[in-house]
Amino acid sequence: MCGIAGVIHRNGTSNIGMEMTNMLQALKHRGPDSTGFAIYGEPDENTFIMRFKVAEQEDLSSGLKIHEEIIARKAEVDKVLKTLGVQVTELEEATEYAFRYEIQYSGDMKTLADHIEDIEGAEILSIGSALELIKDLGDATVVSEAYGLGDFTGTHGIGHTRMATESDVDIRSAHPYWAYPYSDIAVVHNGQITNYWLMRRQLEREGQRFVSNCDSELLAVYTASNLEKGLTLEESLKKSIDEIDGVFTYLVTTKDQLGMAKDTMAAKPMVLYVSDDLVVLASEEVAIRAIIPHEIDTWDPYEEEVRVWQA
Amino acid sequence: MAGVSTSHEMGLHTEPLKGRDIKTMFKLENEGGYAYSFARDVDFNKRAEMDAEGKEAPEINREIRELMDQGNGTIVIRNPGAKHSIVVGILNRMNIIVEGSLGYFGCGLLDGPNVRISGRVGWSFGENMMAGVVIVEKNAGSTFGAAIRGGDLICRGSVGSRTGIDQKGGTIIVGGDTGAFTGFMMQRGRMIICGNAGKNLGDSMYDGTIYVGGEIRDLGVDAVPEELSDSDKAWLARKLSMYELLPENGVDHFTKIVAGKQLWSYDNLEPSEKKLVL
Repeated sequence: MCGIAGVIHRNGTSNIGMEMTNMLQALKHRGPDSTGFAIYGEPDENTFIMRFKVAEQEDLSSGLKIHEEIIARKAEVDKVLKTLGVQVTELEEATEYAFRYEIQYSGDMKTLADHIEDIEGAEILSIGSALELIKDLGDATVVSEAYGLGDFTGTHGIGHTRMATESDVDIRSAHPYWAYPYSDIAVVHNGQITNYWLMRRQLEREGQRFVSNCDSELLAVYTASNLEKGLTLEESLKKSIDEIDGVFTYLVTTKDQLGMAKDTMAAKPMVLYVSDDLVVLASEEVAIRAIIPHEIDTWDPYEEEVRVWQA
Repeated sequence: MAGVSTSHEMGLHTEPLKGRDIKTMFKLENEGGYAYSFARDVDFNKRAEMDAEGKEAPEINREIRELMDQGNGTIVIRNPGAKHSIVVGILNRMNIIVEGSLGYFGCGLLDGPNVRISGRVGWSFGENMMAGVVIVEKNAGSTFGAAIRGGDLICRGSVGSRTGIDQKGGTIIVGGDTGAFTGFMMQRGRMIICGNAGKNLGDSMYDGTIYVGGEIRDLGVDAVPEELSDSDKAWLARKLSMYELLPENGVDHFTKIVAGKQLWSYDNLEPSEKKLVL
């Protein structure tokens, strides 16, 4: 089933971390397996924030050796960064296996990502000047508290509560997906993509990489591929309605945009609230009410509807 | 048999519906009739208010029934907060006023009450309604009025997709637009859309009638237009006037959509074949 939500402030910033936590907690009944956030702070052009993990949560119960392995894998990441001339200005250990680095880097993003993900167990969750992508097992409150999102200030964000149907319950298959290797682009999705393997093979032939078997990852890779070809976010969303089969409603964020697309059958829910300074959208209105308790006018977007809002 | 010919003219079946047995369900000998034997004895003029703030759906539904047990025939629900599955299974003639919005599966399985919602409602609102009048003042989500069998279900705003899916009777009225697959697998009843309709309107409908005031993006499989008769116009004008939705330019511009009946005719199947198909 899955629940998705997004919020964008069009005039200034807000406590996006808490807003997304409250919205996703209200959607917990749509998917209790994992929760993910893609939230955008004030962009800093000189610094990138890199979030990555070197193990899955479930790996911790695999034995005592994993703790040593995690330390070794992180040391390996640090070594790679040093080799590539990446300067780490701030380092934070969110959990034993997930890390947040503030880095200064002027080289090719794909090279950086590929070298880090070459290390066993390492996966980059996001790289961006504003984006911070956090995902883990548990409900929104659990993940938000573990990663200290309660006081995160920013302009926009998207999030996801997952009911695993087609792939495993692990961080690798949790949303949002970062649109590798493009900084600041993330995707959340509710639905099933039926031409997943066909599209995946096409994209892999073009040189795109997949880290999971989750059909939702396709949308992130597909968006990345379109943007690489020079399409705008809106063009990519419109194109996806013709090219992607299945039932889906998905949200995409960039450094300063939030976009949504709904499939041709309008089979997956989305409730929309738009005002001059705020846009909130979620799978259910109850999530919107978690941050706007007073009476508001909301509606369902129609089939094949694409919208993009600017922060 | 003037009534029968009018019904035929409006694209409706005329043979009696099977299913609920009116004689066993209702006490016809009672004055006013048409009340369930287990229905609460409520007074329309006795009014009670309740606050849904901070309460879960089962608690709210229980409280509504407690107020009905006390004889309240008019119940006002404040702060519903777009919660799911509330105001469901009400089988009494009574008034319910919801001041705010409901979430998914609101007002399901109703038989008899008059309900007014001042806000918006989510997916599958009014599902399986048997009788009564339900009015939503703002917008509604998808599968609005799924499988309703009777009563009038009105949304003054716009609704989502698959409106009246599997409708088996009653009337659905939408003041604004409707999305894709409206009237999908519709079997009986009538639907009035004052605004535009999305793609695949009336897809695979078996019977029933859809009237659309605005533009139709495209028709679904086996949905065909039919000329609007004088009976249609009179009925549309009367029905829309009842709910203050009659357009300024009248009803002559409405398009009437009925089933082409070129798909499988389930009525002609033997019971064993019917079981296999269904």
